[in-house]
Amino acid sequence: MTLELRNVSKIVGQETHINSVSIALDDGSLNVLLGPTLAGKTSLMRLMAGLDAPTSGTVIENGHDVTGLPVQKRNVAMVYQQFINYPNLTVYENIASPLKVMGRPKEEIKQKVGEAVELLKLGDMLDRTPLELSGGQQQRTALARALVKGSDLVLLDEPLANLDYKLREELRDELPKLFGASGAILIYATTEPMEALLLGGNTATLHEGCITQFGPTVEVFRKPNSLITAQTFSDPPMNLVEMEKKNNAFQLRGDLSLPAQGRHAALADARYIAAFRPNHLLLQRSNENQLAAPAKVVVSEITGSESFVHVDVLGKRWVALAHGIHEYDAGQAIDVYLDAAHFFVFTPQGDLAVAPDPAGAG
Amino acid sequence: MEKPINQRAWLMVLPVLLLVAFSAIIPLMTVVNYSVQDIFGPNERYFVGTEWFQEVLHNHRIRAALWRQFLFSGLVLLIELPLGVLIALAMPKKGWTVSVCLVILALPLLIPWNVIGTIWIIFTRPDIGLMGHTLQELGLRFDHTASPLDAWITLMLMEVWHWTPLVALLAYAGLKAIPDAYYQAARIDGASRLAVFRYIQLPKMRGVLTIAILLRFMDSFLIYAEPFVLTGGGPGNSTTFLSIYLVKIAVGQFDLGPAAAFSIIYFLIILLFSWIFYQVLQNVGRGEQA
Amino acid sequence: MARIDLEGIAHSYLENPSTAHDYALKELNHTWDDGGAYALLGPSGCGKTTLLNIISGLITPTRGRVLFDGEDVTELATERRNIAQVFQFPVIYDTMTVFENLAFPLKNRGVGAGDIDTRVREIAAMLELEDALGRRARGLTADAKQKISLGRGLVRADVNAILFDEPLTVIDPHLKWQLRSQLKQLHRQFDFTMVYVTHDQTEALTFADKVVVMFEGEVVQIGTPEELFERPVHTFVGYFIGSPGMNVLPCQVKGNRAIIETHEVVLNRTYPDLGQARIEFGARPEFIAFCDDEFGHPVVVNRIEDVGRQKIARVALGAEELKIVLAEDADISDENARIVFDPDRVNIYADGYLVEGEPTSALGGA
Repeated sequence: MTLELRNVSKIVGQETHINSVSIALDDGSLNVLLGPTLAGKTSLMRLMAGLDAPTSGTVIENGHDVTGLPVQKRNVAMVYQQFINYPNLTVYENIASPLKVMGRPKEEIKQKVGEAVELLKLGDMLDRTPLELSGGQQQRTALARALVKGSDLVLLDEPLANLDYKLREELRDELPKLFGASGAILIYATTEPMEALLLGGNTATLHEGCITQFGPTVEVFRKPNSLITAQTFSDPPMNLVEMEKKNNAFQLRGDLSLPAQGRHAALADARYIAAFRPNHLLLQRSNENQLAAPAKVVVSEITGSESFVHVDVLGKRWVALAHGIHEYDAGQAIDVYLDAAHFFVFTPQGDLAVAPDPAGAG
Repeated sequence: MEKPINQRAWLMVLPVLLLVAFSAIIPLMTVVNYSVQDIFGPNERYFVGTEWFQEVLHNHRIRAALWRQFLFSGLVLLIELPLGVLIALAMPKKGWTVSVCLVILALPLLIPWNVIGTIWIIFTRPDIGLMGHTLQELGLRFDHTASPLDAWITLMLMEVWHWTPLVALLAYAGLKAIPDAYYQAARIDGASRLAVFRYIQLPKMRGVLTIAILLRFMDSFLIYAEPFVLTGGGPGNSTTFLSIYLVKIAVGQFDLGPAAAFSIIYFLIILLFSWIFYQVLQNVGRGEQA
Repeated sequence: MARIDLEGIAHSYLENPSTAHDYALKELNHTWDDGGAYALLGPSGCGKTTLLNIISGLITPTRGRVLFDGEDVTELATERRNIAQVFQFPVIYDTMTVFENLAFPLKNRGVGAGDIDTRVREIAAMLELEDALGRRARGLTADAKQKISLGRGLVRADVNAILFDEPLTVIDPHLKWQLRSQLKQLHRQFDFTMVYVTHDQTEALTFADKVVVMFEGEVVQIGTPEELFERPVHTFVGYFIGSPGMNVLPCQVKGNRAIIETHEVVLNRTYPDLGQARIEFGARPEFIAFCDDEFGHPVVVNRIEDVGRQKIARVALGAEELKIVLAEDADISDENARIVFDPDRVNIYADGYLVEGEPTSALGGA
């Protein structure tokens, strides 16, 4: 099925939860809603599911207007951050419950539950009740229930947020495969940019109730249309610097300047904001176009394979993400290296002027 | 697409509207009807305007009953709330004793009002009642039929015994909802038992306690069965509360006009307090969310 | 601040524990140095929270002793241990302002109003909470509330240790970065003894000087982030640390050669005969590279995932699947490729545990 929202808004009292959202989702697609807490991810999902009716705008399924049609009349499945199962039913009964409600024959229920259990590795747990399960198993049960329902629209609201880090990795790997085969539209809400990248598919970035951008995940990541999207879709946060283009160069504070080459050469002379990802702030020079900027180390965090060096540069707080171990004392003065080839250049209003060439350094 | 859905919705609400009309609006209008007329017989009725209302408002016995009513409700809240909270604080938090305590607490709530009255009449009788007899043995005179104070004490005992468990249960539910981390943090911060109560338990119970105040105030303001069973409003008029006096006027003296006017004023008072409590409750809810 | 010794600590939630299986925390001896930053890392149910609660005094261990600076505090109640703790969900006193929240632990200990004021303002400045001091704590954001929880620990000058129980759970990713580095900064500045419980390896590794990896009630490895990454002593540590985790493949080892199916990998350590043990070959995705060399091991590239700042390739070496981390601009277009393992960073495991081989001198024979 296809799902389309046209200028959908949701206003509760004085507060605008969703502000004129338009989005079209394809049959069988995987879509990530990415944004911080309170950006409107859950509100939007509730509108898509029919749990809430929009204040204005239309919701269209398969070309039919379904605005205001309650959730019971749509074929929708939803999984939440909290592990929601029927506490007094066994795992088997929990998974079978939507089919029972639909009045399906016993044989079919048995077969479908069997398939779901197989996929989600719940075979040994069928006779237990949810309280006897670990968090991961509880969420698998909730996912299996959503799976057997055979819904056209599956909404997952931060389904892995309450699970252990490693368990998240495993389930995140399995999820798209699980629901991918069913042909349903899968919608996945998360606060974590890394999760969107690992899931792939499409991503819609949300900010204060608006969708700031929607497109294939990697494309949104590589070419954010605005500073807000770029900041929403970066972990660790983007490093920012104000600059002015003049005489084919970017002038930064403190008489620092970088050559404006390649895609940047065509930019009009004006003031801009440059944003670049922490892995492009270097601790060692790798080519002569790079600019050395004097920095003061705030703290360096070391993961064993990588280092996050937090530095104060030109009155800004930046993070350099480097492979290997780079230990510095707090307050130590070092040089960090910037490469304009990795700059996302935004206008002072925050619109994208130029994105870097994804092929890498020029 | 939207319009037919909306109209159907109105159709669905219709049965409820009819039901409310029959159960509330029509009887209320009859009362309004009575309150502005003097009725002598089926065909003999005169419009009297606000005369009955004025009479009721100037009736010193009604006024006395109103103050008595406020005093009673105030005392009920003053005793039941702290007592209920204390019971809730003293209750075990886990284990099999929890269910035992809950059942014991719930027992008085299951007993009908008039039975409560009878139980306490017997309980305080000097000849066969446990309390009355014990007091007599101790040389204390206790007679709710003769002494207004004794009647009030008996009524308060009844009321407190009957309804404190409700407050306790609500408070207990509020206490149970406080995450353990709060208590741990307080211990680490070196907070005293009193500080824990003042800064954690009481603020976290605010919502349920507001509900408890609302319920207990409304209910005690409408009290009828207990004083009726106990002394019928006596001795003298000492336990004649608004409802008892209202019934006296309407059924005893058959003064339908003043009784109707009185009913409406009574109703408006209740409505006013409901509205105040509703507003407070709304604000409490908002505060919790923030 | 204090040194904390754990002597033969073990804990069971059962009345009469008999078998090792009954223990939520198996016997443990360890010293937390004064001023150190430690992390307890492991999946849920591994016993890390039990251990934290033993240090804070919320649980009295079934066996063993807890010493603060040599003094036995095993039986001492939480409030008398002079520790501070930050919980998973922010704990604040709703009815108080931020100032009153921060002042609360001092007020309870009878500190004078003037001293309280100085100290609270000092801590608020450190946590960048000065502007919020007069506000009700209830209306603040989750990260500000969590700072207040931390601040209530920091105001007390005599705190022995600050304990953290998954403190960043409810914080958005962007703010996590800020709060995490701020915490690290505070530690560098003031040398508190800090113990941090988490299931998130990034938090543990970036926060701690030493990370304690726990699994099923046991400490599997204690080490610096670098040690855990390069020389995991158990395949569990290899899997649990690193994202994606270490590739672990069944193999045979003969001297300085590991044989995976039919592929022979030359190692630069020589191993003894490992007998009947289950032998595994562990290589981190970061330490495998594609090569054009004809000596590389032929693999089939199943999938390349673009995760932004790097790519993850899933390749099949015979029947085994391997993950390989590539640079962000790496371009692997051919389905058939060859890979090499970094011989310095390959680890061999017998029944799950790391086998220390002898560094090979010159030409080792098979």
